[in-house]
Amino acid sequence: MSIANVLARLVFAAAALAALASGAAAKEWKTIRIGSEGAYPPFNLIDSNRQLQGFEIDLAKAICAEEKVSCEFVAQDWEGLIPALLAGKYDAIFASMSITDERRKVIAFTDKYYTSPSLFVTARENASLQPTPEAMSGKTIGAQTGTVSARYLQEVYAPAGAEVKLYVTQDEANLDLASGRLDAILGDKFVMLNWLEKSADGGCCQVVGPDFSDPKYFGDGIGAGLRKGDADLKALLDNGLKAVRASGEYDRINAKYFPFSIY
Amino acid sequence: MNGEAILSVAGALGFDAPLLARYGPLLLQGLKTTLELVAISVPTGFLLALVLAYARLEGGPAARGPAAAFMGFFRGTPALCQLFLIYYGAGQFHAALQSAGLWWLFRDAFWCAALAFTLNTAAYQAEIIRGAVANLPAGQREAADALGYGTPGAWRRVLLPQALLVALRPLGNELILMIKTSSVASVVTVVDVMGATKRAFSGSLDFEVYLWAALVYLALVEIVRRVWNALERRMTRHLRTA
Amino acid sequence: MTELLAPLAFGPSGWGDELIAGAWLTLRLALATLPIGLAIGLGVALMRHGDSRILRPLGELYGAVFRGLPELLTIFIVYFGAPRLATHLLAFAEAALGLPPSGTQVQIDGFMAGVLALALVLGAFSSEVFLGAIRSVPESQREAADALGMSRAQAFRLVILPQVMRLAFPGLANNWMTLLKDTSLVSVIALPELMRQANLAALATRQPFLFYLAACLLYLAMSVASERLRLRIEPAASPRGAEPAR
Repeated sequence: MSIANVLARLVFAAAALAALASGAAAKEWKTIRIGSEGAYPPFNLIDSNRQLQGFEIDLAKAICAEEKVSCEFVAQDWEGLIPALLAGKYDAIFASMSITDERRKVIAFTDKYYTSPSLFVTARENASLQPTPEAMSGKTIGAQTGTVSARYLQEVYAPAGAEVKLYVTQDEANLDLASGRLDAILGDKFVMLNWLEKSADGGCCQVVGPDFSDPKYFGDGIGAGLRKGDADLKALLDNGLKAVRASGEYDRINAKYFPFSIY
Repeated sequence: MNGEAILSVAGALGFDAPLLARYGPLLLQGLKTTLELVAISVPTGFLLALVLAYARLEGGPAARGPAAAFMGFFRGTPALCQLFLIYYGAGQFHAALQSAGLWWLFRDAFWCAALAFTLNTAAYQAEIIRGAVANLPAGQREAADALGYGTPGAWRRVLLPQALLVALRPLGNELILMIKTSSVASVVTVVDVMGATKRAFSGSLDFEVYLWAALVYLALVEIVRRVWNALERRMTRHLRTA
Repeated sequence: MTELLAPLAFGPSGWGDELIAGAWLTLRLALATLPIGLAIGLGVALMRHGDSRILRPLGELYGAVFRGLPELLTIFIVYFGAPRLATHLLAFAEAALGLPPSGTQVQIDGFMAGVLALALVLGAFSSEVFLGAIRSVPESQREAADALGMSRAQAFRLVILPQVMRLAFPGLANNWMTLLKDTSLVSVIALPELMRQANLAALATRQPFLFYLAACLLYLAMSVASERLRLRIEPAASPRGAEPAR
């Protein structure tokens, strides 16, 4: 007991000190290190040359160019994105992270840079399934761990009797839906559509039911995650985002990936 | 002690009491799953280990080779790899498993993990038992032969009772290793202590939950170690000189 | 058959070279961990063997904690906790010394975190082995060194340690085999070692059975090679080989 106690207190006390310390020194941003997952096509993925690509990687590059700062990209597992940000492994997260109150307690966000609802996907044989909490009672539903979809399932569908399975990556959940381990997946609309239409095993499955976007669970759009102390970085990125929105650069990147606006 | 009293004590010790109130039940649920995984795989693995050790020492070439290959594979590769192979490998062959009537077993992550851990621990326990039997004095087997027991009878009545006493300590160590190994089940969606901790962390983003998990595992391992030591003392008391 | 194995091919179309690169990183991880873990293990064994009222319980506590924690949890805690703890400690030290805060963020990359976590675990398990070996060197050896006028440190280095290493060898060889397998757990912090590469390949090609089997067989090959090497070295290193049979 006492070790964890001492450790927790030590970390807490030191964290307060460090927060004071970092607040004092405002630094000038010349290079921004950006963390992303690289497993969430078409928003972020790793290409065959092991480079990060995708909608939000292009967007981040455009913002950096606009603000005349250089950008470095770091791939990091989804579950580790926030801890690694807090540990200083990079300065901003561009990884389709929804702006939620829970996360706001720990990190700051830029303004939203796109909006995307969630939806249910099931096997074609189950196309008649209505994705209401009552109808899904007794079913096994999957989602990526730590996402807004995961939280929605845990808070609305699990109490109604569904079994919720959480996966480290979205792709592992997709694999289990295709093999019949899952009855359904709740996931980001554009990511799920991308899988259904473009992958080899996506043909197994189809969308059922409506879009889900209740802000109480699904947040206020997707933004870049930042450390709370870096107010100057938030100002810089918000400013850059406004500029690429105004210049039409955002629309150009949007059109490269989607035939409609996702802002 | 009621829940509130536990929370106030935890709060006084420096833990985040509201966090504990929110995720404590999930963690307890996870503890139950961890215990179930170990309680299924270690005894089942023990039975399989007896068969493997017997095949390894007494079997003809047709039994000895496969037993040795099985033990070599499961002792020479990581449990994580074995679990991935069984879980996602089975997913790839779900149609065939379905028609063989086995999909109900492989569909469920818990049973995949229980199967992987059973095979894993069987290999380690078989090696422990094999070593213990092989190191018994040759006179024991000769005596059993003289009594006309035959090989299975000699194992049951003479060799195994002595070998298992010698093997008690390493088997206890294997039990503890299995408690720790079971945490890899969390990578295939099983909500054991580790899985519950990851859920609590992704919900709260508070690093403290990992320290709780550490305390839960340390307490669990310490309890098992003490119970096993007491058991061992009791079972070997006739061997000690006063 | 060749069609089945095509995804394992080398070059841009197959994942064979990625798997081999992963296996090489696995080996490097284990080799980098070995000296650090053994140094910790020997240090902790000496702490536990000595009669210091502070060092001895500290050594015992260290051993109990890192033998009791699941390796997966140790890796998570080190990877996410260590940089923060180090950063905070640095800030704390700067404040305590009255220095202006530098705001330095201590960086620990995946490889370092993996090595550190695995070394903490190896240290705990090898301290058991070292302690057993130290205890089985007869007291008369120390007395003999004393009679030859050696200092305590000289006696340890020249007389005790060589015997400890020989006695500990079989146990340490087991620790190495465990270490080799434990490196697979580092895949959870996104280090592209063998398990991680197999994971990526399995998801990309939708052939999990093939790639996890290939990964398992590569681990098995490393285990078997280690075992062969051990059998080669052991006669020279083991006590029976070193001393003439009596």
